[in-house]
Amino acid sequence: MSETRAQAVVWFQAAGCTGCSISLMNADYPNLKNLLLDELVPGKALILRFHATLMGLTGQPALEVLERVREEEAGAYLLVVEGAIPTGEDGRFGRVGDIPMAERVRELALRSAGVVALGTCAAYGGIPAGAPNPTSCVGVGEFFRREGIGIPVINVPGCPPHPRWFVETVAQLIFNPSAIGQLDEVGRLRSVYPGLIHENCPRRADFDVGRFAASFGEAGCLLKLGCKGPYTSSRCPTHRWNGGVNWCIEAGHPCLGCCEPEFPDFPAPLFRKVRAEDAAAFYRRNLCAR
Amino acid sequence: MRQVTIDPITRIEGHLRVEIKVEGGKIVQARCSGALFRGLEIILLGRFPLDAQRITPRICGVCPVAHATAAALALDTALGVEENIPQNGWLLRNLIYAANWLHNHVLHFYHLALPDYLDPKGTPLAGLLAAELGDRRFSPEENQTLLEHYALALEVRRKAHELVAIFGGKMPHEVGIVPGGVTQKPGLAEVTAFRFRLREIRDFLENIYVKDVLLLAARYPDYFALGRVGRLLSFGAFPEPSRTRVFPAGSLQDGAVQPLDCEGIAEEVARSWYAGGAGHPRAGQTEPDPYKAEAYSWIKAPRYKGKALEVGPAARVFLASHLGPGDFAKLAGELLSEARISLEQLSSAMGRHLARAIEALFLAQRMETWLAELEINGPVAVPFGIPSEATGQGLTDAPRGALGHWLRIERGVIAHYQVISPTTWNASPRDEQGQPGPIEEALEGTPVSGDGLLEAGRIVRSFDPCLACAVQ
Repeated sequence: MSETRAQAVVWFQAAGCTGCSISLMNADYPNLKNLLLDELVPGKALILRFHATLMGLTGQPALEVLERVREEEAGAYLLVVEGAIPTGEDGRFGRVGDIPMAERVRELALRSAGVVALGTCAAYGGIPAGAPNPTSCVGVGEFFRREGIGIPVINVPGCPPHPRWFVETVAQLIFNPSAIGQLDEVGRLRSVYPGLIHENCPRRADFDVGRFAASFGEAGCLLKLGCKGPYTSSRCPTHRWNGGVNWCIEAGHPCLGCCEPEFPDFPAPLFRKVRAEDAAAFYRRNLCAR
Repeated sequence: MRQVTIDPITRIEGHLRVEIKVEGGKIVQARCSGALFRGLEIILLGRFPLDAQRITPRICGVCPVAHATAAALALDTALGVEENIPQNGWLLRNLIYAANWLHNHVLHFYHLALPDYLDPKGTPLAGLLAAELGDRRFSPEENQTLLEHYALALEVRRKAHELVAIFGGKMPHEVGIVPGGVTQKPGLAEVTAFRFRLREIRDFLENIYVKDVLLLAARYPDYFALGRVGRLLSFGAFPEPSRTRVFPAGSLQDGAVQPLDCEGIAEEVARSWYAGGAGHPRAGQTEPDPYKAEAYSWIKAPRYKGKALEVGPAARVFLASHLGPGDFAKLAGELLSEARISLEQLSSAMGRHLARAIEALFLAQRMETWLAELEINGPVAVPFGIPSEATGQGLTDAPRGALGHWLRIERGVIAHYQVISPTTWNASPRDEQGQPGPIEEALEGTPVSGDGLLEAGRIVRSFDPCLACAVQ
């Protein structure tokens, strides 16, 4: 038996809601206990050094863990960022240990092996960056572009992302780091975000014959209730959610397009149909991703 | 005198900073500070009113169904559909929402609060749960069993999310609750899938969770005297088809239980980073002023009739024992006598854990009743139009306490949206009168050994703070 190599992970929460962490806790195979304790891929296990929602230490002793990892595991740890980066008013809108979140992310990222931007907020700004973006929130990739930080970022969008999308992305990264070159034009692993919801929608037959639901609880395609499924790349229809018991469209709710960089603003409100000409740009982008 | 800053307070939701001053072996002053502002109330302005139904739950990934519930109640009134929601609509909202409560209470007890009392050394969780130990009172066997329950509870909370998703689509950020009802008719397959998962969870709650809470209470009875507040407020929760709320609304001040007076709510910003003054949330505003000199928190300071009241499980169990259904008072009475405490002692660092256990047990029972009352494949929602002008108020209790949404629609879009969340009440800063927020008050006067980190952490976590809710 060869020895297990530990891949250190630092999980940093910025301007978010902890929903991405909670979603990851819903992972089933592997489950959270497996992720914390077992090899994720042969010969390699994750070791969670810092996660504010779960860790035992608190206050200054917790922050010292961050310092230690930066010193002792420079260049080796994976940084997971959850939440957007508030850049307005010198970082006063979001601080951890009195230091702006933007500053913390910069420091942590510069010594990391790479960054996973988990969730639509970390990937593209998401909810807090919704118009008029009161705190000037940006996603990690955009933050790095502005700051001239050259550390690679992989986006795992979703509000929240399905736990499998995170697990598959991280497993790819530690199993085959060269996968990092195979990102689509909005920074996702192609293998994890391979196609449109509409292509695998169980209500597709309703769409094809023009049978549309006019209000909640009705049968039919949800397009007229504002469904963003035709423009959204995600495997929700095949992975389904929470142990596979259900997912948004099956529950009779239009897709919100929560994995897309345009969420939550879009060219139309969440419950309004997007005009085809407005949708063309992200429709093309998601088709080209394959 | 020593000044100790705890930032970040870990094992809570979000970004909380607590500063304590320790003198003569006691915390003599405490200040709670919310460290993140996103501005959701501003982001909602100008949007199509229904967007609030899906954007406000994203205030919080731990208790999103609470915001979905408050937003739906506010929109129900604004759209004028409140009276026409079918029975299935009310029942399914309750089932989706109660499942989120079960998730919340299990997560809070085992994964957020309990590590303050455990010694993880020598176990596989030692790395993650490593802490500066002190005052560990469990026997090695008890400690080992509780660590095993920590792992088991991870699975239980995951199953509770499956319950949410069966009728709510997915979790976190379910999509089932909408104005006028819910989106999905209850088929027999879903009802059955729900019932058997609920049975498993209920079994865990009755045979493991409650016993673990009672064991903690037995080893740390002194914590029933720490972290006390005593003034309580609840908006009530879980309206049944008759519209009576299973958990009643009300307040406890000066020893008197009173019905809720919605006009008694006001938010102050004297020590918060906002411009403006005090006011009722229907007219309140959110205007950030990050350079305001006298401020120390992004959390506003809501007050009820001028006082800082504790919200959450202690308030609900106290009020429901007085005003709620008889089977609730009976269940609560049994567990209180087992723990040998009075209702008044629920407002304490240990009492809050016991209160959560009481209401989780009660809800799991009630959920079986709601499930049995569903009309299989029956209607779940009423259609609605969006008025060009309207106002709405949505009040409910969330797992962490009283939650309110206030909205105004003008020209068919959102012209005003204000949210006051449970942790806004509990973790509020001082107000114009210098009155501390409930967590600040609960900390002040606490006897401590050493720097107070241990005792403060236990007391703060007993409130289950949620900072993404406290500041949206």
